[in-house]
Amino acid sequence: MGDHHHGPAQGLSRWLFTTNHKDIGTMYLWFSFAMFLLGGFFAMIIRAELFQPGMQLVDPAFFNQMTTLHGLIMVFGAIMPSFVGLANWLIPMMIGAPDMALPRMNNWSFWILPPTFLLLASTLFMEGGAPAFGWTFYAPLSTTYAPPSVTFFIFSVHVLGLSSIMGSINIIATVMNMRAPGMTYMKMPLFVWTWLITAFLLVAVMPVLAGAVTMMLMDIHFGTSFFSAAGGGDPVLFQHVFWFFGHPEVYIIILPAFGVVSQIIPAFSRKPLFGYDSMVYATASIAFLSFIVWAHHMYTVGMPIAGELFFMYATMLIAVPTGVKVFNWITTMWRGALTFETPMLFCIGFLVLFTIGGFTGLMLSIAPADFQYHDSYFVVAHFHYVMVAGAVFSMTAAIYYWLPKWCGRMYNEAMGKTHFWISFIGFNVTFFPQHFVGLAGMPRRIPDYALQFTDFNMMSSIGAFIYGASQILFLYNVIATIVSGKPISDEKVWEGAEGLEWTVATPAPYHTFETPPKIDPAHAHS
Amino acid sequence: MSSSTSTDYEKYYVPEKSRLAICATIGLILSIYGAASIMNDMTFGDPSEPSSSWTIFLCGLFFFVATLFGWFRTTIRENIAGMNSAQLKKSYVLGMFWFIFSEVMFFFAFFGALFYVRNLVGPWLAGEGAGRMNFLLWEGFQYSWPMMETPQEAVGGAAAQPIANNGSFTSAETSMAFAEAHHWYAWLPMWNTIILLTSSVTCHIAHLGILDGNRKKFNIWLGLTVLLGIIFLCLQVAEYYEAYVHFGLTLNSGIYGSTFFMLTGFHGFHVLMGMTMLLIQWLRSVKGGHFTADDHFGFEASSWYWHFVDVVWVFLFLFIYIL
Amino acid sequence: MWFEAKRLLKLALGPVLMLTSAAAMAAGTEVSQVNMSPGVTEVGQQIYDLHMIILGICTIIGIGVFGVMFYSIIYHRKSRGFTPATFHESTKVEILWTVVPFIILIGMAVPATSTLVALYDVEDAELDVLITGYQWKWKYEYLDESGENVSFFSNLRTPQSEIYNAEEKGEHYLLEVDEPLVLPVDTKVRLLVTANDVLHSWWVPQLAVKKDAIPGFINETWTKATEPGIYRGQCAELCGKDHGFMPIVVNVVSKEEYAQWLDTKQAEAAEIKELMAKTFTLDEQMERGKAVYTQSCLACHGANGEGGVGTAIAGSPIATGELAGHLDVGINGVPGTAMQAFGGQLNDVDMAAVITYQRNAFNNNMGDLVQPIDVYNHKKGQ
Ligand code: HEA
Ligand code: HEA
Ligand code: HEC
Ligand code: CUA
Ligand SMILES: [Cu+2]
Repeated sequence: MGDHHHGPAQGLSRWLFTTNHKDIGTMYLWFSFAMFLLGGFFAMIIRAELFQPGMQLVDPAFFNQMTTLHGLIMVFGAIMPSFVGLANWLIPMMIGAPDMALPRMNNWSFWILPPTFLLLASTLFMEGGAPAFGWTFYAPLSTTYAPPSVTFFIFSVHVLGLSSIMGSINIIATVMNMRAPGMTYMKMPLFVWTWLITAFLLVAVMPVLAGAVTMMLMDIHFGTSFFSAAGGGDPVLFQHVFWFFGHPEVYIIILPAFGVVSQIIPAFSRKPLFGYDSMVYATASIAFLSFIVWAHHMYTVGMPIAGELFFMYATMLIAVPTGVKVFNWITTMWRGALTFETPMLFCIGFLVLFTIGGFTGLMLSIAPADFQYHDSYFVVAHFHYVMVAGAVFSMTAAIYYWLPKWCGRMYNEAMGKTHFWISFIGFNVTFFPQHFVGLAGMPRRIPDYALQFTDFNMMSSIGAFIYGASQILFLYNVIATIVSGKPISDEKVWEGAEGLEWTVATPAPYHTFETPPKIDPAHAHS
Repeated sequence: MSSSTSTDYEKYYVPEKSRLAICATIGLILSIYGAASIMNDMTFGDPSEPSSSWTIFLCGLFFFVATLFGWFRTTIRENIAGMNSAQLKKSYVLGMFWFIFSEVMFFFAFFGALFYVRNLVGPWLAGEGAGRMNFLLWEGFQYSWPMMETPQEAVGGAAAQPIANNGSFTSAETSMAFAEAHHWYAWLPMWNTIILLTSSVTCHIAHLGILDGNRKKFNIWLGLTVLLGIIFLCLQVAEYYEAYVHFGLTLNSGIYGSTFFMLTGFHGFHVLMGMTMLLIQWLRSVKGGHFTADDHFGFEASSWYWHFVDVVWVFLFLFIYIL
Repeated sequence: MWFEAKRLLKLALGPVLMLTSAAAMAAGTEVSQVNMSPGVTEVGQQIYDLHMIILGICTIIGIGVFGVMFYSIIYHRKSRGFTPATFHESTKVEILWTVVPFIILIGMAVPATSTLVALYDVEDAELDVLITGYQWKWKYEYLDESGENVSFFSNLRTPQSEIYNAEEKGEHYLLEVDEPLVLPVDTKVRLLVTANDVLHSWWVPQLAVKKDAIPGFINETWTKATEPGIYRGQCAELCGKDHGFMPIVVNVVSKEEYAQWLDTKQAEAAEIKELMAKTFTLDEQMERGKAVYTQSCLACHGANGEGGVGTAIAGSPIATGELAGHLDVGINGVPGTAMQAFGGQLNDVDMAAVITYQRNAFNNNMGDLVQPIDVYNHKKGQ
């Protein structure tokens, strides 16, 4: 074999041409963080405009562009790539594989992203402005009434889908085919399990999204009438197709987060994960159910009541497997020997806040009540609880947890804890009041609001600035760790950590497992 | 780290760093940028303004296709050089399988749209069930499938009912469905079905040939498969011509035209891709003497794709032309 | 160690306390409301009860779950020398905590189903109102026998100066319209909701109605207000630039007042009919036209006809070209663009006035005078 086994090449070509899962993982992580900052910056514009009633900073059209791009960039640019990055770094190390199954394609999946998001962001400077129809891009606002930049948006979504599909195929092939001898499915770490299931979801729904934008493209440029009643189509058809993708999408966002939490909580409880098997089955059930609940986003479109009831019951059911997961995590902590390093703090934050978000989700699933919640800030509060305190918190926990392993340097614990507390407080100050304004009747996606919503919106904006600023602390801590953190060399960075990734040298060598490791039966599913 | 017991695992091949991904990205991004610009010029543009859209698109596409060509060539060479372990080959198998699965889901979206508009939207627009008040908007609209008259036409055009008329839709004069066809023996979709089903059989015989190590048999039957694919595409073009020129069935003919052209169009595009893939395998065998009885993944993957395209056609035939 | 635990608890409680106190403070000023309102309908009350039940159940489960967790956090910490247990599964409890939530969910589904059935029962309505969403205003049409002829648009009344902070904001900032929907009290009203251009959603929290307005489809819903009053709501589906500026105001009045109101509206309609026959002077048309322009066209074409979302009117080839072409754009719009067909929105009197205005204002100076009858004939001639 070639000289590539000795270490990375130098210079830019290392990153451009790499086939190494760690390099690619690193690029994914940095890219997603940059997108998080960009999406967060847009959120700051939203919050600044909403600080007071009246139009101050931006005009309404631009506000809609901000909302749209914020949602799109956070979901497709920040959260999804960040977990793919984590998968790249960790899955081969966790299952004892030398690399991902299809390394060159792996690099391609990554490199599609930066120019595509550049294209998407450049729509801001196009004539007619950027897409302004929300991240859900409902027709006909996104077809007949869309700015010309919609065409670029559509093609961007196509290639983002391509990237996701290739990324997931890679993960599926890696997990199914590259496990070290003895690493049976039921011995895989839960993070690997959740990602395997997530990858199935992605391969199943990204093409459906591609189908949705394709129909939009045809309606806009080729005179078809999929979403126009005058020609026998239906705007609601768009919503069905979109949410058939969109609902599984939200579990695509959260399942890897579940995986992360399932790795970290046992480590700092010094106790094996409770109910490994039921965790796997619960994840699979959530994934299955996610395909039959999509229309809970559409209770108010005027579906026949039978449909309404079906989707309501199916949605409520998701609380059962999700509950199993929550109970298992808590039982894992029960009678453990707990310590509260930064990753654990973020996991506890996740546990509390995600569960709150889950509860509001359950409330939303109650169709008659959703007639009052729908498209109000109550929904905004719900999904930020599950996506920010769910996905982003667990991602943050993951970085603190594995960063020392990756770069062989310890982060600053005091700063990490400070980051947690500021985030935790900032987050709640931002999004908790949104429940109140939502219930009081404030619709979402509005640049200006009636006077009775003023107090809570101010609070929310202040919280957002606090939460945003705390991310700068995080960025600083990560960079400082990489550049000048305290060097460590123990293979096992954390006392309670279990799993193959903790058996290799620290920092993790450029190539791990050139020969397969022996799987110790005692290592079973940790 | 402990030592291994499994031998093929140790030979796992991690490729050298490679330019392929970057080149493919550049090609891809240029072509989508170009394609989007072309469409925008078409819909929003000013014809008097010169535009470089086509140039960008074609350059991008050429670069992209060339890179893919290079990519596959590299992979094939590595395989011939014996660098691929059994494990890597299995990764390729998995990759192809899940890729085809994703294609299945792509068509699933379109079929789902078809069922939704046929079974629910149409009756609702005509004032049935959940749409019982819609007669206020589309008075006189009768639903049938194929939809020969759009709601817009039924009420007398956009001027008569300005609400919800975002676009102009004409009615088709004739549909492609069985009842309306000329003579059964001149009915192209039936011939297309026969051709495509036959091609699946010939493709399979070719596979049996290579499994026997009988290259001649392989070449002949694979060549035949490609030929059938080409005939299918020609007939498809003839059918589109017929639809546009004689049947008045166009992309603008309401939802029937929309679903008809989208489903058959994307299927046709997939036939083109599958045909190209098979053609390349054929050339590899005829010119390069590639493939042996136990190593012919390139062909196998293409043949799976071909069978997939075939199955999709069966559903199309059923739901577009017959039912 | 105990101190540490207490510190942790205090820190965790901090934000919660802060929030509750802030909420209490805000609630004290009366304008800020923190919970859903039961509103003034029976169904609204049912939904509110449902909301409170589920919220209550979730809160109790939450207290249980978080209670166990915090107990563990406080007592099972390494720093207290706690040695970890090793158990890692128990089929019994796992079945238990699958089955119990399932049963709880069934308990929730029962009232939810019955409320939903009530929401969907549109039969036996005494009055039908057709609601059409436009970018960015609502149109109301009374379909009831006695309400025939009554149809009007309802626009945001808050002036730009308030929105752009040049003036003090009024009490009902953004929630006020030029013409509210008027409904009789204690009457089951069937609302037929649709849209002209993009999706909108007609939402009045107090009436417990939210229904998407979908172009080309008519959705049915209903309401029955039990108390007279003014109820305010907003469009709840992103519909473009001014989605935040298309409020809904419903004025629920006694049945007598409603009948009176209907009479005046019908008289107004008759008056318009009369004006149709009248011949206006240029000055009259310019004055009326300016008002119509400001109301209906300014948002897209600009105060000085300089354009914006729409093309410029000043010097426009259409506004300075053939009159027929100009009328055509005004009446039928430009399909596939934001330029809607105004023929159905403006009556012929207003249309004639606004076309006159566009042809003469902004230095277009065409000198044309358009009469209502011209518009009428143009429509006829199509
Ligand atoms: C990470 C993403 C994520 C996750 C995990 C979820 C989880 C859930 N969501 Fe959420 N949701 C979104 C992201 C997410 N959602 C987004 C982005 C939107 C808005 C999209 C848009 O319009 O822009 C949305 C909107 C949304 C709606 C539509 C609201 C509307 O527009 O009107 C609904 C309605 O049913 C809903 C329901 C649920 C439910 C039932 C869950 C469940 O999975 C929650 C299950 C969890 C629990 C219930 C808590 C733990 C359980 C226990 C402790 C067990 C015991 C509990 C009981 C028996 C009560 N969500
Ligand atoms: C995972 C996805 C995700 C994440 C992480 C976030 C994060 C945040 N979101 Fe997001 N949001 C969505 C997904 C997400 N959102 C979606 C899908 C929508 C719906 C869109 C739609 O309606 O179409 C939405 C909509 C949405 C709205 C409603 C807009 C509307 O309806 O008009 C608001 C309003 O407050 C909001 C706020 C925030 C804030 C304050 C954060 C914060 O957490 C962000 C914090 C991060 C930073 C701030 C970046 C880091 C710091 C810097 C760059 C330095 C600069 C900082 C300062 C100057 C303080 N979001
Ligand atoms: C929602 C936005 C909007 C509103 C409101 C609107 N217009 Fe327009 N208008 C447009 C757009 C967009 C165009 C350009 C259409 C095109 O692309 O040809 C246009 C074009 C026109 C033109 C043709 C100008 C030219 O030279 O091309 C006329 C005349 C016109 N509008 C009249 C009116 C009148 C009269 C009103 C009010 C009663 C009005 N418009 C209200 C969006 C609007
Ligand atoms: Cu109309 Cu939002
Ligand atoms: Cu959902």
